[in-house]
Amino acid sequence: MQKFESVEGVAAPMLRANVDTDLIIRIERLVGTGRTGLGEHAFEQLRAEPDFVLNKPAYRDSPIILAGANFGCGSSREGAVWALMGAGIACVIAPSFGDIFFANCFQNGLLPVVLPEAEIRALARETEDSQGVGRTRIDLARQVVVTPTGREVPFAVDVRRREAMLEGLDDVALTLKRQAEILAWQARDQAARGWAWNSVAL
Amino acid sequence: MALTLFDKIFDPHVVADLGEGWSLLHIDRVLLHDLSGARALREVGEAGHAVAHPDLVFATPDHAVSTAPGRTSETFAGGAGLVAGLRTRAAETGVRLFDLGQDGQGIVHVMGPELGIVLPGTTLVCGDSHTCTNGGMGALAFGIGASELGHVLATQTLRIVKPKRMRIRFEGALPPGVTPKDMILAAIGRFGTAAGTGHAVEYAGSAVRALSVEGRLTLCNLSIEMGARMGFVAPDETTFAWLKGRRFAPTFADWEAAVAYWRSLASDPGAVFEVDHVIDMADIAPQITWGTSPEQVVGVGGQVPDPADAPDAAKAAAWRAALDYMGLTAGAPIAGTKVDWVFIGSCTNSRIEDLRAAAAIARGKRVAGHVTAWVVPGSERVKRDAEAEGLDQVFRDAGFAWRESGCALCVAANGEAVPSGARCVSTSNRNFVGRQGKGARTHLASPAMAAAAAIAGVITDVRSAA
Ligand code: SF4
Repeated sequence: MQKFESVEGVAAPMLRANVDTDLIIRIERLVGTGRTGLGEHAFEQLRAEPDFVLNKPAYRDSPIILAGANFGCGSSREGAVWALMGAGIACVIAPSFGDIFFANCFQNGLLPVVLPEAEIRALARETEDSQGVGRTRIDLARQVVVTPTGREVPFAVDVRRREAMLEGLDDVALTLKRQAEILAWQARDQAARGWAWNSVAL
Repeated sequence: MALTLFDKIFDPHVVADLGEGWSLLHIDRVLLHDLSGARALREVGEAGHAVAHPDLVFATPDHAVSTAPGRTSETFAGGAGLVAGLRTRAAETGVRLFDLGQDGQGIVHVMGPELGIVLPGTTLVCGDSHTCTNGGMGALAFGIGASELGHVLATQTLRIVKPKRMRIRFEGALPPGVTPKDMILAAIGRFGTAAGTGHAVEYAGSAVRALSVEGRLTLCNLSIEMGARMGFVAPDETTFAWLKGRRFAPTFADWEAAVAYWRSLASDPGAVFEVDHVIDMADIAPQITWGTSPEQVVGVGGQVPDPADAPDAAKAAAWRAALDYMGLTAGAPIAGTKVDWVFIGSCTNSRIEDLRAAAAIARGKRVAGHVTAWVVPGSERVKRDAEAEGLDQVFRDAGFAWRESGCALCVAANGEAVPSGARCVSTSNRNFVGRQGKGARTHLASPAMAAAAAIAGVITDVRSAA
């Protein structure tokens, strides 16, 4: 996984609720087999609208999205995360996220930050008041969002996920260190629940 | 201590406590589909790992295959490579594949239960958010992303924080015209699309106990539309009778041992749920969505809501955008809205019972002249069973197209789409902007409601159509 320590830039306000993964990346863009090249298709339906926030010069290169509730709801497509990262997004700040999208973010090094809605509105206001030049900084090591006016807003993040992101840990490698425990569990289970194994034996 | 069904399945599957609330959970079954299956198998190999347990992994092409009669994997050129890749990787890794034209092929969440791959009391994952469908069998089944899928294939485990417990009890008898699809749409309308976030949902109550397995699968299918990765129903005699004799169901002494264990899985009296809801079935009418989120739903006798009545400014803006996209007028009755397309299919409502319900409405009638209506069976097996019962003929005689199995118009990933601006009554699960095709307008409803709309040419109350 890509390491993540901090990101700084102009935060783009996209405060609508329930931005689903279909809206982030259309399914027909995912019939390729790779993880790359999706950035240009991120939000393609919204990008067709001239006043869409990421079309505005001030926000075209924003690495941070200020989002509404339930961001990333819908499908499990990890392509939604790859598309955002491909479009240069490193962090999404929202009051809540879709569960699967949230997990997918951490698998790739895109930081989802949960803040109260009022706080996100305040961040959007500070950015807009600065004519879209005020920068926001997200510091994962210190767990704070530094707003354009210099306020520091702390955020909570799961300890394990934070550590994995800061260090770019590989979950599979970590789990495989527990191979003996997994095999022992399986041996016990095959004795106790033979039916769960025998019926699909090759 | 009184335990819930969820605890009774989750806890024994914990291989190791990873600390800070994290568990290493054993995964008993993995399903793969064409959209991500080949990549997942390839990436595991590229990372230098083997597929830990190919015997526990099952694959089928569904998303990116044409459903045109007589289709092959080449009919939709855009998906041909994905299917070819899945064949190659499955053969290399020893993963069982149910290919086009074979008994077992189908929408991955239709095929899993149908073959007896999904068993009560097991854990199952798939790189697809509607994996929750399989909870209808009494399994903990949930969707994961591509990276997590790679982790499961390589280790047969997943790192996970145990979700909280939520229960929704549906009490009472199903009113006329009301189906499991209406039950879950009504629940989403009431609680919202984020109500289940972070929760595992058990559906219970007398109405759920009375449902067939197919109905329970439909109910669980839309758990993710309520924000919940997993939804399930306690297994019971209905489940066991349905499962017995299926291809990968346990046999003989294993079957007896399994059933004895499965009987122990119901939530204990007094078990605590962090969130507990009750819905009175008498309050539920046949449902139809009007907007671009599954929570934007009304009873078919209702009206298109007015943004002026929205509870807050954000909702008002969302409603306005939805009305605009859907081309609807605030305050107008939803029934009577002219329909261009009807889609009966998807992992929500493409099983044999769904097709029977739709055929019962369509029998002896004609699809309205301006409507294009498709029936897409959920699997090769459903298709064959329906043909053996003559349902295909009922649909054909009424003017519906009878197609091969796959996801088709649910997600429009296979070159088939509802045209821009066209209005479609669909038995699928997502009415998102552009879901059925760019600019397509989707109204979610039950199979009977969809069939009734096809015949009438407008959104119509199934209770007056039958
Ligand atoms: S039918 Fe639709 S929701 Fe179901 S698996 Fe296919 S694309 Fe997903």
